[in-house]
Amino acid sequence: MNEHTEHPVRGEGGAPPEREHVWDKPRNVKLLFNVFYAVCAILVVLDLVIPRDDHHAWERLPEFYPLYGFVGIVVLVLIAKLMRRVLMRPEDYYDE
Amino acid sequence: MSSLPPVLIFFVGALIVAVTRGHMRRGVLLAIPVIGALNLLGLEEGATIEFEMLGYTLVPFKVDRLAMMFGYLFHLAAFLGNLFALHLEKKDGAGVQHTSAVLYAGSAIGAVYTGDLISLFVFWELLALTSVFLIWARKTERSLRAGFRYLVIHVLSGVLLLSGALMLAHETGSITFGPISLDGSMAGWVILVAFGIKAAFPLLHTWITDAYPEGTPTGTVFLSAFTTKVAVFALVRTFAGADVLIYVGVTMTCFPIFYAVIENDLRRVLSYSMINQIGFMVTGVGLGTALALNGAVAHAFADVIFKGLLFMTMGSVLQMTGRINGSDLGGLYKTMPITAALCVVGAMTISAFPLLSAFITKSMVMAAALEEGHIWVWPFLLFASAGVLEHAGIKIPFFAFFGHDSGIRAKEPPKNMLAAMMIGAVLCVVIGSFPGLLYSLLPFEAEYHPYDATHVLTQMQLLLFGALAVVWLMKRGIYPPEIRALNIDAEWTYRWLGPRLIRGIGGAVALVDSAVRGWVLAVVRGTLRSAHRGHGPQGILARTWPTGSMILWLTVLLAAYLLVFYF
Repeated sequence: MNEHTEHPVRGEGGAPPEREHVWDKPRNVKLLFNVFYAVCAILVVLDLVIPRDDHHAWERLPEFYPLYGFVGIVVLVLIAKLMRRVLMRPEDYYDE
Repeated sequence: MSSLPPVLIFFVGALIVAVTRGHMRRGVLLAIPVIGALNLLGLEEGATIEFEMLGYTLVPFKVDRLAMMFGYLFHLAAFLGNLFALHLEKKDGAGVQHTSAVLYAGSAIGAVYTGDLISLFVFWELLALTSVFLIWARKTERSLRAGFRYLVIHVLSGVLLLSGALMLAHETGSITFGPISLDGSMAGWVILVAFGIKAAFPLLHTWITDAYPEGTPTGTVFLSAFTTKVAVFALVRTFAGADVLIYVGVTMTCFPIFYAVIENDLRRVLSYSMINQIGFMVTGVGLGTALALNGAVAHAFADVIFKGLLFMTMGSVLQMTGRINGSDLGGLYKTMPITAALCVVGAMTISAFPLLSAFITKSMVMAAALEEGHIWVWPFLLFASAGVLEHAGIKIPFFAFFGHDSGIRAKEPPKNMLAAMMIGAVLCVVIGSFPGLLYSLLPFEAEYHPYDATHVLTQMQLLLFGALAVVWLMKRGIYPPEIRALNIDAEWTYRWLGPRLIRGIGGAVALVDSAVRGWVLAVVRGTLRSAHRGHGPQGILARTWPTGSMILWLTVLLAAYLLVFYF
């Protein structure tokens, strides 16, 4: 099996100091998020502008898709968190 | 017919792979799917091979549009898989892995060109027998045990298929691999369960989440491509339009995404994700219209490529770092930027962003659900679509390559692995951007246009606001962290409860057994003791009597006799 676990780990074995990577810079991360928020805002506006054909009654609600996506994920994650309380077991649970 | 049955090329190829080494073998591995694909071009629709055996008409080879589409798909998957695994060396069990992978791909190809259920059964079992070595080749205790469980479940599926086929022959006199009715037909339901095991129906799905994460880094790529897609193909052939499949499919799209959120092993996250994607296909089969069936097979086509790409990126991570748990990874983009970028392409594809393949395939099933008036099915499919974005679109790349820096500085994987991933990523983009290419292969007649303003806008809204929810949950600290733990699923019944029940019943039986034995022993001992009292060494009946006493008693008897005689 080619699953070696010896790989260079930062700060070990006198490795030279690393160069800063793209997401190490808070400025870049902030820019990414700002672009993301801006696109979200544009999508909200487009919902009001672009005429749409609808096939389901819910689609006629303003901003249906953004709301459904946001609320859906929040509900999904919250329920999954609750599931952990019931379903989570130690890693060696099945090992005899 | 100017071409050979495609399965022959793979089975003969596997023999050559088994006896060659080094560059020669690598050349053969790449040549097999290429020669196979050229051979496919010469196949004519309607070509069949059939013969009579034991009163049944066996059709081991039959060509139609549906079979051709899966034929092309499996050749492509075999090529990508072989390329991805090309670097394997002797210490990885290269000979076993390569040979079984080619046999496995050949079995899948053989299965889609069969025309009767008995021939299908043969390839159905071969799929299991040939693929298990891709799990065992990991050579860990866990993979060994998972492989055995995988084998038992799949052999059971095969036995059910054969039983169903024989029952069907009894009911209808036909074993044709074609539409089968579920109305009042026991055979139909038995065959449906046999297919359902391989298609990972809810509660029958545990072999995927159990075995796929235990496969070798390259082996799981093959596993993800063939078995479940053969099952989807079989469902399209036999149970198109069976209402029950709509509800089975919708359940499959929804329940795994909850597990995927809290699962730590990233290849197990992808395994749950597979069930979710197959759910869309099964729903399409249940809807049964031309558009829905086209959606099901088109999505199967796209899924083999994008899920293969995601399993390849996670296989690369496992191979280069030796780790696969979200809790142990992070920050790998710094030293594996190409793999990271390709993973993001795969993640965006499975989330069905516009211009990527799943956008043009999954939406066919959803559109068909609305066309057929299933207004309560559609919201669940939409919810499941958003859920895909969370676990496969964000979680997989984020926890492996970005997020918290684990400090691991692993190198990019070997060139052949990168090349396979790149081809996969390019195909995701090409299929998504030029839908006509894939649509021209679709077996049923239906008109569908994926790119209109409404579809693009609504999909972007759904996905980006889903992503916004994840950002919000993470920033508020609500998002569940990756934890080194496992979550019990239906496999708990046979991996935990079953053994304990058996042990419990065994214990009860042992108690009763020892009580009964004790009582019987006591009775026997009592009998022996009383016998001993009479017949033992000290017993009255065992005493040795001197000859004198016998003569004395004889004399007494004689005297008594004389007395009686004279008086």
